Amino acid sequence: MRNHLWQGIIHAPLTESAPVPDDAAMKELAAALDNAARRRLGHSLSIREVDAGSCNGCELEIHALSNAFYDLERFGLRFVASPRHADVLLVTGPVTKNMREALLRTYNATPDPKFVVALGDCAENGGLFAGSEACIGGVSAVVPVDLHIPGCPPRPKDILAGLLALIEKAGA
Amino acid sequence: MASLQELISRGQRIDAHRGAPRAAIDRATWILAGRELQDGRLSLLGLWGEHGSVHMALLDPAAKEAAALSLDCPPGHFPSIGQFHPPAIRLERTVRDLYGMQPENAPDTRPWLDHTRPYEFLTAEGEHLHQIPVGPVHAGIIEPGHFRFTANGETVVRLEERLGYVHKGIEKLLAGASLERAAQLAGRVSGDSTVAYAIAFARAVEAALGIAIPPRAAWLRALMAELERIANHFGDIGAICNDAAFAMMLAHCGVLRERVLRAADAAFGHRLMRDVVVPGGVAKDIDAAGIAAIRDLLAVARAKFPPLIKLYDNTASLQDRTVGTGILRVELAEQFAAGGFVGRASGRGFDARRDLAYAPYDRLSFDVPLRTEGDVNARIWIRIREVEQSLELIAEILDRLPDDATRVAVPHGAGEGIALVEGFRGDILVWLRLAADGTVDRCHLRDPSWFQWPLLEAAIEGNIVADFPLCNKSFNCSYSGHDL
Repeated sequence: MRNHLWQGIIHAPLTESAPVPDDAAMKELAAALDNAARRRLGHSLSIREVDAGSCNGCELEIHALSNAFYDLERFGLRFVASPRHADVLLVTGPVTKNMREALLRTYNATPDPKFVVALGDCAENGGLFAGSEACIGGVSAVVPVDLHIPGCPPRPKDILAGLLALIEKAGA
Repeated sequence: MASLQELISRGQRIDAHRGAPRAAIDRATWILAGRELQDGRLSLLGLWGEHGSVHMALLDPAAKEAAALSLDCPPGHFPSIGQFHPPAIRLERTVRDLYGMQPENAPDTRPWLDHTRPYEFLTAEGEHLHQIPVGPVHAGIIEPGHFRFTANGETVVRLEERLGYVHKGIEKLLAGASLERAAQLAGRVSGDSTVAYAIAFARAVEAALGIAIPPRAAWLRALMAELERIANHFGDIGAICNDAAFAMMLAHCGVLRERVLRAADAAFGHRLMRDVVVPGGVAKDIDAAGIAAIRDLLAVARAKFPPLIKLYDNTASLQDRTVGTGILRVELAEQFAAGGFVGRASGRGFDARRDLAYAPYDRLSFDVPLRTEGDVNARIWIRIREVEQSLELIAEILDRLPDDATRVAVPHGAGEGIALVEGFRGDILVWLRLAADGTVDRCHLRDPSWFQWPLLEAAIEGNIVADFPLCNKSFNCSYSGHDL
């Protein structure tokens, strides 16, 4: 245990982008997101993730946002356990008929102002599952969507960039 | 008593079916197969239906042979296998929900994936019992499912799962799909196993059409499968420890997982290696830069992982949570033919890569770790040992990668095929029938979770509610793979 802590002290963090010149986009993202989020919602933006029928690929990449390379929380973004604590619903999947009610209830439990981000190709229009009799096909068919982040699944960097875009839109 | 061979010989062998034998049998033989399962001489690999018939895939563990048996049942009902062999119950409820075939004398007549009909949870009676309903939307970033706990104080008396929330109708979408679209759908049954599913689907197609893929393609598939395995195991080891409030393991394992995904991205152009495995071979060859990225990954993992194993092993407060928690009995793992780390932590050593070996694993040597304690700790150790084996396999695959083509053309043609592929969480079964025009007529995909989810209900019994996340994560069953 002591050795691991010691290694953490003597080595530079893995977290990317902060002062690295060739990664200017990430640096810009960090600054811009922070300012806009503060303006709109104070010091942070709380995200409630809802899997509405995803294959779990999107969830894997959402999880990756919390690893040392992306370190989502440094931007004031954090995942919360309840929709009642959330500013943003991050929804994945083609919205199965069996998840429609749960998604609606989660949306209704989220206080205003709230934003909905549809993450992944399925969440936009059902993706590969469009037309299935078991799916509604796209998050916007059930709740209003403020932003769509494409990809199957989107890369963690694209998800971060998308959340920035949402803040810009919300702050405008 | 009848062996798998005898069961097959009692029916009519289907010549167009390849990958393993399939026989059309009568009701008496169907029931006999149920009795063999009940007596533990055979293991159930899958049970699925279509309009007018039902099929089951069986494994003879002693002979290491698999086969499928089919029963034509035009009236729309068939003798329940679940009445003899509980692992079949949820599969039969699904057959009824999706294809309207009724299991006769079924022990549980409630719907399963169909959520439009009324549903009653099982009862638990006694003094001082209370219920805790959880889900389908959970507190963490996980897939949706409903857990109904009945507890006495902190102790779980009964857990009942209700799944099906992410049912996407995949098997119906597959019917009539082109091979290209079907392969993409198969790769999206469970995102964490996209490579394993794509391999299973491709191998079933190749068996059906009787085509052989270039050796390099088979070796590249194995390379991707092992990368997928270690990525998931790193993620799981970290997440399980995190559920025991030891965040440091999550932080370090999360870094290792990210490094695997980045190496996969460099080598195959996609972090999860999605849509790279296709019928006929692989869609993308690896180049020198990709090989270098994976070799770098191996060097990092070999340097960084052993200290983490030591950290896990030497942290008493962490072991205090994982040792003796969520014990799955050996008999249950055997009865349900539990695959992957769930089975191997409870004494069931089956591994499709070794026991029903397919290329290139038939030319590779590796150990299949086995433990019998069946607790959270054992499931962590199986993952640790499997990571070590996979790192060796990856190195060997890179050293021995044959030099030739990566893909052959897939002709249009009718046929039937079956394949069993070892994904990170266990064996994935794919059975399909192709139409003459090159489309899929019927395809069934069975996730390992089908035989692991019910065991979680058993493993949690007598544990405290607060240990459920820990137990659940140590099983890490797929919701999407199960719900189809």
